[in-house]
Amino acid sequence: MDDLFSDAVKALLTDHCTPAVVRAIEAGQPRAALWQQLEAAGFADALVPESAGGSGLTLADVYPVLELCGSYAVPLPLGETLLARGLLAHAGVSAPKGSVVFGTGQLASDGRLHCAQVRCGTQADWVLVSCGGVCRLLPVACAQMQVAGFCLDAQISWPQAAWDAAQAVPGTHDLVTLQAALYAAQLAGALMAVFSRTLQYANDRQQFGKPIGKFQAIQHQLSVMSEHAFAARMAAQLGLSAAGPVPDRLRVAMAKARTSEAALEVAGLSHAIHGAIGFTREFDLQLYTRRLHAWRQAAGSESYWHDVLGQALLDSPEPLSLDLMRTLTDAVD
Amino acid sequence: MSQLDSLNPSAIPAQDEALRQEVRIFLTEAMRGVPAHVRARSWMGYDPAFSRELGRRGWLGITFAPAYGGAGRSAFARYVLVEEFLNFGAPVGSHWIADRQSGPLLLKYGTEAQKQRYLPPICRGEAFYCIGMSEPGAGSDLASVRTRALPNESGWLLNGQKIWTTNAHNCHFMIALVRTRGEAGDRQKGLSQVIVDLSLPGVTVRPIVDQSGDSHFCEVFFENVQLGPDALVGDEGGGWDQVTAELAFERSGPERLFSSIALFDEWLAYVRTPQGRTPQAQRLAGKILSQLAPLRAMSVAITEKLTRGESPVVEAALVKDLGTGVEQLIPATIADDLFSRDAANVPAELLNTLNYTTQVAPSYSLRGGTRDILLGMIARGLGLR
Repeated sequence: MDDLFSDAVKALLTDHCTPAVVRAIEAGQPRAALWQQLEAAGFADALVPESAGGSGLTLADVYPVLELCGSYAVPLPLGETLLARGLLAHAGVSAPKGSVVFGTGQLASDGRLHCAQVRCGTQADWVLVSCGGVCRLLPVACAQMQVAGFCLDAQISWPQAAWDAAQAVPGTHDLVTLQAALYAAQLAGALMAVFSRTLQYANDRQQFGKPIGKFQAIQHQLSVMSEHAFAARMAAQLGLSAAGPVPDRLRVAMAKARTSEAALEVAGLSHAIHGAIGFTREFDLQLYTRRLHAWRQAAGSESYWHDVLGQALLDSPEPLSLDLMRTLTDAVD
Repeated sequence: MSQLDSLNPSAIPAQDEALRQEVRIFLTEAMRGVPAHVRARSWMGYDPAFSRELGRRGWLGITFAPAYGGAGRSAFARYVLVEEFLNFGAPVGSHWIADRQSGPLLLKYGTEAQKQRYLPPICRGEAFYCIGMSEPGAGSDLASVRTRALPNESGWLLNGQKIWTTNAHNCHFMIALVRTRGEAGDRQKGLSQVIVDLSLPGVTVRPIVDQSGDSHFCEVFFENVQLGPDALVGDEGGGWDQVTAELAFERSGPERLFSSIALFDEWLAYVRTPQGRTPQAQRLAGKILSQLAPLRAMSVAITEKLTRGESPVVEAALVKDLGTGVEQLIPATIADDLFSRDAANVPAELLNTLNYTTQVAPSYSLRGGTRDILLGMIARGLGLR
């Protein structure tokens, strides 16, 4: 089931989410054509129960799709919308039309609700905002917005009246953990993309009369990249292996921390091996390495999640760290 | 690359996981009061009586067929056992190599008579093995071994020298990679494996003291050692392929993640006290755990491949290199944590464990293949060689 699903996503992204399309959307060109393709295929409804018109998949089932959002540098909030619609469906709220991203808001003294950095906010129709322990859905249409950080991310604010009038989502929701699970999976995908592109480059690029991949120093750098990419992929898969609709916060802590650490290592090594060409806008590598840095920063860097995991470990009464390690890694029924 | 793509989270089957409770009850009692700097030795700790007790309980050679004294269980059963042994710091060095590597090698390549003769004592914790690979002139370049076993009327006549042989001074048998044909220039061709009874005349074993003060490495000399005709293990000339397969067992296990775990847990016990807990230590605890946990999942995934009869050589090299990196990070970062604060109240036992682990840590990334050899193997797996 999930293999068929992710194969369909992969086929569509291969055709319609090319590097040229990624560049165009990053440059501010309209997103509607790509979004309509994704929407028509129903990918964003993967977690919505079948009874409500979705695919009824689990978080673990959608891991390959979220990884693909990373490996294809998808410039639209497909992963965000997929997770948001799952959350809304389980909270009994019907999802609005269009894409949804996540924000952490503060009501400021200027009477406005501010979200300092909304990931993929420039490409969203709605923001699911958490403020003071409450979650509400706000339309981007009535917001003020400016790019903040990564080219697709935005600082967004609304008048307080918009917050007061917004559709409430019942229950308490840990949006940061949900996003961290997503960006860990996207990092795993981007790490693989960067690794395989660098491997290919090392086989193609000739210097001193042979491919640079024949030099032991380059081979060992590629081996180290592969170690990080595969450890990060394992961690990201575990981050989404939850029994229910909500990811496990500690597994996500491990996943986001490990993928973020790998992002820094792999981005650095890939640029080292590519030399000057990898630093140009024209060459595709930057589409992925800029994302490695952006997603490392998104929803908590490695140290943020080290703190979370460390607190759990120190608060645990078990004398063996193995026991927490087992709860983080053992398969979930 | 495709080999590596298939490392996905795997579940330890319930019947194997069930062993954990049983072995943990035993270890909790057996290891009570053993100080952390002793537990830190774990599979470098030698205790024949302990090994015999494990054998009596059916925990050695658990994957071997019942006909040879084993329990016919899966690689997962052994994984659960050894994970517990290592995390409790149990002194499992005496039987470690026999249970992990030499037994499975004999099962795969031995004759029926060899299996009947050698495997039951391994399962009883009565026969201890070492691996004769490195020589003074053949370390990372293993194919240049010069020790020779030449056929004669009584079997094989063994001459030469092995070095860096773990635990040889406490072992009964060595399975050695030797040249049975040709010259050093023939490299991988003409190599074979022979089983050597270390009590035979002409065998001399000398322990080598390492920088921690322990002696687990040895040098072993063979001077006209007469082996029987049945000393050959597997095919004559097939030694190189057999050794390569054996290294998948050697490199994939949880002993490549947990070498510094006694120090980590001892440090955590201190950091959990009111005077030991700091925000910096909390962050470091999370960092180490976030690196160890995915590796544990990868090690379990490799075990799953072993249960399917695969020989995941490249995956094992990848996990070993990453694992030893974390094992070496643990003493380095814990030292920085303890000595970036007023260390007046750090317990002496924690300092002793840190000292031992710091001194032994360089061995992690040289035993079972140096870091550069492993990175080269991964590069080969990636198609770069």
